[in-house]
Amino acid sequence: MSQANLEIVRISGHAGSVPGAGVKRGQEVAKLIDTTTCIGCKACEVACLEWNGLSFSDTTFQNSYQTQPETSWNFWNLIKFNEHEPEGGPLMLLMRKDQCMHCGDPGCLIACPADGAIVQYANGIVDFNQDQCIGCGYCLAGCPFNIPKFSPTSHKVFKCTLCSDRVGQGLEPACIKACPTGCLEFGTKDEMTAKAEHRAQQLRDQSGFANAGVYDPAGVGGAHVIYVLHDATNPEAYGGLPKDPRVPWTVRLWKGPLKWLGNLAMAGGLIGIFVHYLRYGPKSAEEDREVPRHGEQP
Amino acid sequence: MNRERILRYTFRERLMHWTAGLSYVYLLLTGLAFWSPWLFWLAVVLGGATISRMLHPWIGVVFTLAVFWMFGVWASQMLTTGRDREWLHALRHYVRNEDDQVPSADRFNAGQKILFWGFFGCGIVLFLTGLILWRPHWIPWSLDFLRLIAVIVHPIAALLTIALFMIHVYMGLAVEPGAFSSILRGDVSAKWAARYHRAWYERIAGKVEPEDRASR
Repeated sequence: MSQANLEIVRISGHAGSVPGAGVKRGQEVAKLIDTTTCIGCKACEVACLEWNGLSFSDTTFQNSYQTQPETSWNFWNLIKFNEHEPEGGPLMLLMRKDQCMHCGDPGCLIACPADGAIVQYANGIVDFNQDQCIGCGYCLAGCPFNIPKFSPTSHKVFKCTLCSDRVGQGLEPACIKACPTGCLEFGTKDEMTAKAEHRAQQLRDQSGFANAGVYDPAGVGGAHVIYVLHDATNPEAYGGLPKDPRVPWTVRLWKGPLKWLGNLAMAGGLIGIFVHYLRYGPKSAEEDREVPRHGEQP
Repeated sequence: MNRERILRYTFRERLMHWTAGLSYVYLLLTGLAFWSPWLFWLAVVLGGATISRMLHPWIGVVFTLAVFWMFGVWASQMLTTGRDREWLHALRHYVRNEDDQVPSADRFNAGQKILFWGFFGCGIVLFLTGLILWRPHWIPWSLDFLRLIAVIVHPIAALLTIALFMIHVYMGLAVEPGAFSSILRGDVSAKWAARYHRAWYERIAGKVEPEDRASR
């Protein structure tokens, strides 16, 4: 058993126990993104492509500074720009680094049917293993953030790994390393949460952002990427950050009650058929009955 | 004794049935593999889960075409009649093999008609939801609700067909001796026809010509 396997706490599409459940001591990590100090330089976008060896592709111009409309299978880190006019306030150019949130209760992993294609590590990172991925795309249904992206060429799904390879070696993710303003930080979840709360407090007390707050959505079991927002009551303004993200209820129903109901019904059906055969057996064989001649009444 | 054989299913009907039947079995096995981690091994046996995921939609198209073929050939014979209502009323007698208390059936009894319409309806639903799930990048984020509907409706429709399928296979293989060979080779004995589909037998009994057997 490799050390890496012992750090796995959850596996997609997996029958039986999980090797690392409760084995190793571990600390949850988190990425802190302070949207109030982001200058939209996109160094994190480039660092992500560089570290992960992804190809550079054409940008899409949409009357905005944004590189492309949304993340894609070979572009996992996107600064979303939005010109926002708050009521009674000055125009704000909002910038938010969009990438996988590494949910505590990941909808992608819940929806995935392939054994080991999605794993959740003890440090909170949710990672895709493309060699186990069967390309069904169910993870797209499970994610409330529009993050997993299907590659039409390889028929596999890709997304931000939170640089699990770097973090596993004690390094910070590539995007953090590239950030020139310090609006990106990486550390333990507790440490980052405390920093984020402190910064939000500062914004409320000293900068006039009365609604400043931390975005760490409880509906998906908390995230391992958290935001500081000038206005936490309106996350949608930040390039469509959902207000109360949850694993969709149809996915919950499908992977929860429906699965049990369906399995019980199928097993019950097989047992019922067997019992019926024991009790009643086949209908009488062909020879058992006289056939009336044509026209004759039985 | 009456030893004549009666053509029950033409070659076209048998080919049609087995196009649907064999494609359905493949869809069932690979679908079950995607349904539960405990059945994932089915996809491994069938050539790997990636191959299964790739072929499942294509075989689904074959199945859908076969279902529509069946609709074209059989729909007119599957319409509900007063006889069917009486038959369903006596269903519990049919289940207990008390067939003398069950009204005689025409070419298809009410149970077979339920199977037909059940598979036709579920087949359309499975095709439409399957189309949504086929290539994940066909559905943009703005239409994500379609994907969310499909992931719950596709398995529900599949479960309904599984219920129909289990009863159908059990009836054909175990409960009505002679039924399975009729869908394989086409013919039944006159006794079988009179035993299970008397109204049909009486309707066609006078019309059976020797050529019918030769041309099957």
